[in-house]
Amino acid sequence: MSPSRPRKISPYIYRLDPTDRMRVPGLIFADEDLIMDMEDDVFRQLSNVASLPGIVSAAMAMPDAHLGYGFPIGGVGAFDPDRGGVVSAGGVGFDIACGVRTLLTGISRQQLETHKKTLADLLFQNIPAGLGTKKGLKLSDKEMERMLAEGALWAVRKGYGDKADLEKIEEEGSAAGADPSEVSDKARKRLDKEMGSLGSGNHYLEIQIVSDIYDPDAADVYGLRKDDAVITIHCGSRGLGHQVATEFIRLMVEESARQKIHLPDRDLACAPLLSSTGQRYLGAMKAAFNCAVANRQIIAHLARETFLSVFPDAKTRQLYDVCHNTCREEEHEIDGRTMKLFIHRKGATRAFGPGHPLLPPAYRDVGQPVIIGGSMGTHSYILAGTSDGMKLSFGSACHGAGRIMSRKQALKKYPGRQVIEQLQRKDIEVRGHSFKGLAEEAPEAYKDVDKVAEVSSQSGLARKVARLDPAICVKG
Amino acid sequence: MSDAYWKHFDHRADIGIEGVGPAPEQAFAQAAMALMAIMCDLETIEKKESRRIEVSGENLEILYYDFINELIYLITSEGFVFSQAEVSISGHGLRAEMIGEPMDISRHQPSVEVKAASFSSLEVTRSPEGLFIARCIVDV
Repeated sequence: MSPSRPRKISPYIYRLDPTDRMRVPGLIFADEDLIMDMEDDVFRQLSNVASLPGIVSAAMAMPDAHLGYGFPIGGVGAFDPDRGGVVSAGGVGFDIACGVRTLLTGISRQQLETHKKTLADLLFQNIPAGLGTKKGLKLSDKEMERMLAEGALWAVRKGYGDKADLEKIEEEGSAAGADPSEVSDKARKRLDKEMGSLGSGNHYLEIQIVSDIYDPDAADVYGLRKDDAVITIHCGSRGLGHQVATEFIRLMVEESARQKIHLPDRDLACAPLLSSTGQRYLGAMKAAFNCAVANRQIIAHLARETFLSVFPDAKTRQLYDVCHNTCREEEHEIDGRTMKLFIHRKGATRAFGPGHPLLPPAYRDVGQPVIIGGSMGTHSYILAGTSDGMKLSFGSACHGAGRIMSRKQALKKYPGRQVIEQLQRKDIEVRGHSFKGLAEEAPEAYKDVDKVAEVSSQSGLARKVARLDPAICVKG
Repeated sequence: MSDAYWKHFDHRADIGIEGVGPAPEQAFAQAAMALMAIMCDLETIEKKESRRIEVSGENLEILYYDFINELIYLITSEGFVFSQAEVSISGHGLRAEMIGEPMDISRHQPSVEVKAASFSSLEVTRSPEGLFIARCIVDV
């Protein structure tokens, strides 16, 4: 499908007018620089999403959008089950419920500085990461079943973290309707000895410093104080989620053909939400969601214990845990009518505004914390969901910086050793399992996260609360 | 350049794998090397043991897609790495002997984990010279 050119309709919104099979327009949240950086294929992918059955309002791209599979990364699409709306396994992504969790520590920059190297070494030693390490937990069949059904609640019951953490996780850490029976033996086997591990690629654990506060009231509610250290974890559902996605994308290619759904791109393979395949996928996806939040719960616990071994006075408290590869059933107001919709967020974060009933009471007045993970060595941001965002983007915002350079290019341009030296010059302690992996994640391979956060804020998707600078970075 | 080889191609977020050969079997075997080479240096992988893979699919493209995903499963679930593949295809079925060894982290120095093969750029085609080309993008 050849899309129209994006047309600027407001300072931070571009529109793709419907052409060909598009049922709704495409909307891109960006400024001139960011839209210039987006490849034409992003617009083509967005137009393809806009052509899927039952899509509501618009297919949307967040400021960090870049080329993905089927959906662009940074893509948002809402579907109405009663109008033939679909769920797409590719639209959720391979790393189901990949996300970010941040914990407050109450430890200051100065305190951290004196033990930084020790803490970096200990975190690297204690948090299983990297490819093929198989140093995570091995779950018995029974435990696997419970973990898939209960998510982070299971992890807390096993002694990882405490109950207070659960309130500060989307869905309170346990997706209702998860169906472990839809998670194949192969998917379970891919998690063997990997439960509670970071994985590789762009996943990381960072100790960050709150370096700037933009919204003092919200920061106060979130417990973010300038110059305090926080712990942030970025990872997902490991091999289990990848296998669930692989198997269902394959099934949905067949289902789409059966249902005579026109697929401009096979990675958009989907099934009607009300079909058996659609329902089976939702059950499996929710089980994989539980796996992801349980995984982050265990890693957070290990990170917390490690942090406390160095700083016994630290008060580690969970800020929030957000997912950025999901499809959720949510209520949204469309033209004055409340509708039950299924929102795909592929490389996009839920960003509920103030007053939303699903927010923990402590955050209900200021909106949901939105964690934007930077690339290695760059800033990260905490934003807050807004009422405007609820109307603009079904309460969605961006998830990170977004790649601008392929891994191959990055590898050629930035040798791993050079990347480490560059980060060391910025006084960042880096620990990684692979030089090659580090080179592929060179900061220059990503968009300018400061810009992405600024545009997210200016466009009204979410509002900037605080900036975080990396101090220790442990890569998978 | 020989008639059978593999290479990587660029994709902004991820990486493309391509295998080329005089027949689909060789093209697939080469693509398997391209996949493995994303994670490890092939020269570090000794040919000590083998694992068998069987998949079936209604056409060459789907067969290739399932083959690559099955290899990803072999690597990530069993921790088996390989540096040679013997592929045979008959009708809708594919059989492969993957020759290599169990992963040894210190020797193989694995970098990024591949999550899955995608349908993006998935194709099995023939070049004007008659060579088969099997390619797709994998999510890392």
